[in-house]
Amino acid sequence: MQFCIFILILPLLSFLILGLCGSKMPHKLAGTIGTVSLSVVTILAYTVAVIYFGGGRGDEGTFPTLIPYDYTWLPFAGTLSIDMGILLDPISVMMLIVISTVSLMVHIYSLGYMKGERGFQRYYAFLSLFTFSMLGLVVATNIFQMYLFWELVGVSSYLLIGFYYTSPKAIAASKKAFIVTRFADLFFLIGILIYGYYTKTFSFSVNETMLMAASSMLPLSLGLMFVGGAGKSAMFPLHIWLPDAMEGPTPVSALIHAATMVVAGVYLVARLFPLFIGYAPDVLHIIAYVGAFTALYAAVVACVQTDIKRVLAFSTISQIAFMMVALGVCTSSNPHDGGLGYMASMFHLFTHAMFKGLLFLGAGAIIHAVHSNEKSNMGGLRKYMPITHITFLIACLAIAGIPPFSGFFSKDEILAACYNFSTTMGVFMSIIAAITAFYMFRLYNLIFWGKSHYEEELAAYNAREREEKPHKPHEAPFVMTLPLIILAVISSIAGFIPFGEFISSNGESYSIHLQPAVAIASITLAVASIAIATIMYRKGDSKITIYINTHLKGFIKAAYNRFYIDELWLFITKKIIFNGISRPIAWFDRNVIDGSLDKIASMTQKLSNHVRPMQSGNIQSYNIWFLSGALLLILILIYLA
Amino acid sequence: MTIPSEYYLILSAILFFIGIFGFFTRRNLISLLISTELMFNAVDINFAVFNAYSHTDYLEGYIFTLFGIGIAAAETAVAIAIIINVYRNMHTIHIKKLRELKH
Repeated sequence: MQFCIFILILPLLSFLILGLCGSKMPHKLAGTIGTVSLSVVTILAYTVAVIYFGGGRGDEGTFPTLIPYDYTWLPFAGTLSIDMGILLDPISVMMLIVISTVSLMVHIYSLGYMKGERGFQRYYAFLSLFTFSMLGLVVATNIFQMYLFWELVGVSSYLLIGFYYTSPKAIAASKKAFIVTRFADLFFLIGILIYGYYTKTFSFSVNETMLMAASSMLPLSLGLMFVGGAGKSAMFPLHIWLPDAMEGPTPVSALIHAATMVVAGVYLVARLFPLFIGYAPDVLHIIAYVGAFTALYAAVVACVQTDIKRVLAFSTISQIAFMMVALGVCTSSNPHDGGLGYMASMFHLFTHAMFKGLLFLGAGAIIHAVHSNEKSNMGGLRKYMPITHITFLIACLAIAGIPPFSGFFSKDEILAACYNFSTTMGVFMSIIAAITAFYMFRLYNLIFWGKSHYEEELAAYNAREREEKPHKPHEAPFVMTLPLIILAVISSIAGFIPFGEFISSNGESYSIHLQPAVAIASITLAVASIAIATIMYRKGDSKITIYINTHLKGFIKAAYNRFYIDELWLFITKKIIFNGISRPIAWFDRNVIDGSLDKIASMTQKLSNHVRPMQSGNIQSYNIWFLSGALLLILILIYLA
Repeated sequence: MTIPSEYYLILSAILFFIGIFGFFTRRNLISLLISTELMFNAVDINFAVFNAYSHTDYLEGYIFTLFGIGIAAAETAVAIAIIINVYRNMHTIHIKKLRELKH
């Protein structure tokens, strides 16, 4: 397993090469370097997975936790130290596969999507940096190493969102993403420090006596760490950065803001799952409620967005919230008794990465074809983009939860876990799953069916109502359709992976069995939602759509504006924090702290202005001073004696 | 009959204060130099008088007086040289006009 270090080294090298000498390279060479190094990484990741899972279970019936590398990097007092290393266990190996697969697909896809863009080499350098940091995050042996890579993925996300740095919107979005996640990371850091202080280690594996001693502080520290995870995973109310992050190039959205980085929060909770279960089950349930609310909120907002990438962004928020809920509803680490959610969450993470990556890449192909993000410029695209159409449909079916596509199996496990927790939670999540199916098929119908925007424009052109000939939508080149096809195949068959055999909450083998009642109910709901969406949107705006639009106008407007959460944040930061706290502090700083020092300085200067004339340059006056001084001293001497 | 030492000391004090007065009131560097010489001489007289009246067995006072005269001569030579150079550079030896050391 010693070779697994190359999984980290190769993307880093590729980043350094492309970052340092990229500007002198032709585009093709830069793209090739990035893609080839990622291909090697993918092969290595799959090899690691095969060796790891092929190695079989240990005596306790679990897969062993391997640590091929572990260096003490910064030793502190006692046992406390920051280590750097590689940790392989079922979830980190699974994440290696997810990240390398999606990243490779995005690398290949970008060869076509970013063709001829200015800064092409820079783009590939950042992609390599991101891949390196994300891989480093998942194989971290301790919470502090995770935190370092956590910040690195934040930086690379910032760089990639702001890739089109000449666009003010992209710059604003990148700043927003960085500030919001960084704000959440502050709590993460505090949580880590509390954890380190009380357990005397940053390691994930802490011995029982240390944990017992720290048990009173663990819920607090784990809760704070979750806030960091919530920032990265866009949980309500820290989700505001993710929809804006869609200003970046679309493949970046697919890689970072759909498949990998945004699930870091889920991965964090999963990584700390034994601690959550053992010492902070209440925090875990708070996570479930936060997740459930986020899922509902994002799903409702997704129903009315007009920018297709925004729809997908809110869908991502909603789906990540599903994973959070699945983790949150766990009540024990036994998968047969309340621990099912852990496996379900990881399963959904895996399948979601594939189909959401596919959806984003498909959206990228569509945007590439029609040169717009708005649904009004699409419609009727199925004739022009057959491959994109089919793959997009597969992804929609997967996310909607239609068997035999992968999303069905993972979502079904999540719903089963929710029903085990409480019926209310189960019903709630089932409804959200139905909304998911609705908005995905609304999107699908608006893009691929209905009146073709292109044909309307062409007709207008032919009738001489329009000056220029509209641009005909075309299918994407092969480098872009190939990743779509690969991901579509994975999305179709990934549901049949016996996931419980590899990952479960206590590490023991768990065979997934569908619960017929839950499965049938969710299929029925999904099919019904798809039917409604199809009736409403297949042929442009139907009567029902118009009826709903007129009667729910206020609600739809509020949902379109994301229920004004962004404005609320702006109000809190600008009006309350800036005006109420920052300004008084600034005033205090300027007038009291700076002011007192300035006063001392100016007083000294004034005094010196008074003293200065004594130094007139007139030697005789100096001598008078000297003489009077001498006389004074003599007088003093006389009187003292 | 011997002259009381106070007479010498009064002479020395008068000489000294003439020197000081000259030093503070004259504006010519050469006059200043002359005034300092007067003060030197006052001090030298003091040395000699105290040696003669108080410590008759010793010679330090006389020797110090001789030293003082010698050093004063050397110092005067240096001062004159400086004054000549000042005159060459500034074309004046009027003390009110030599204010380059200000501030």
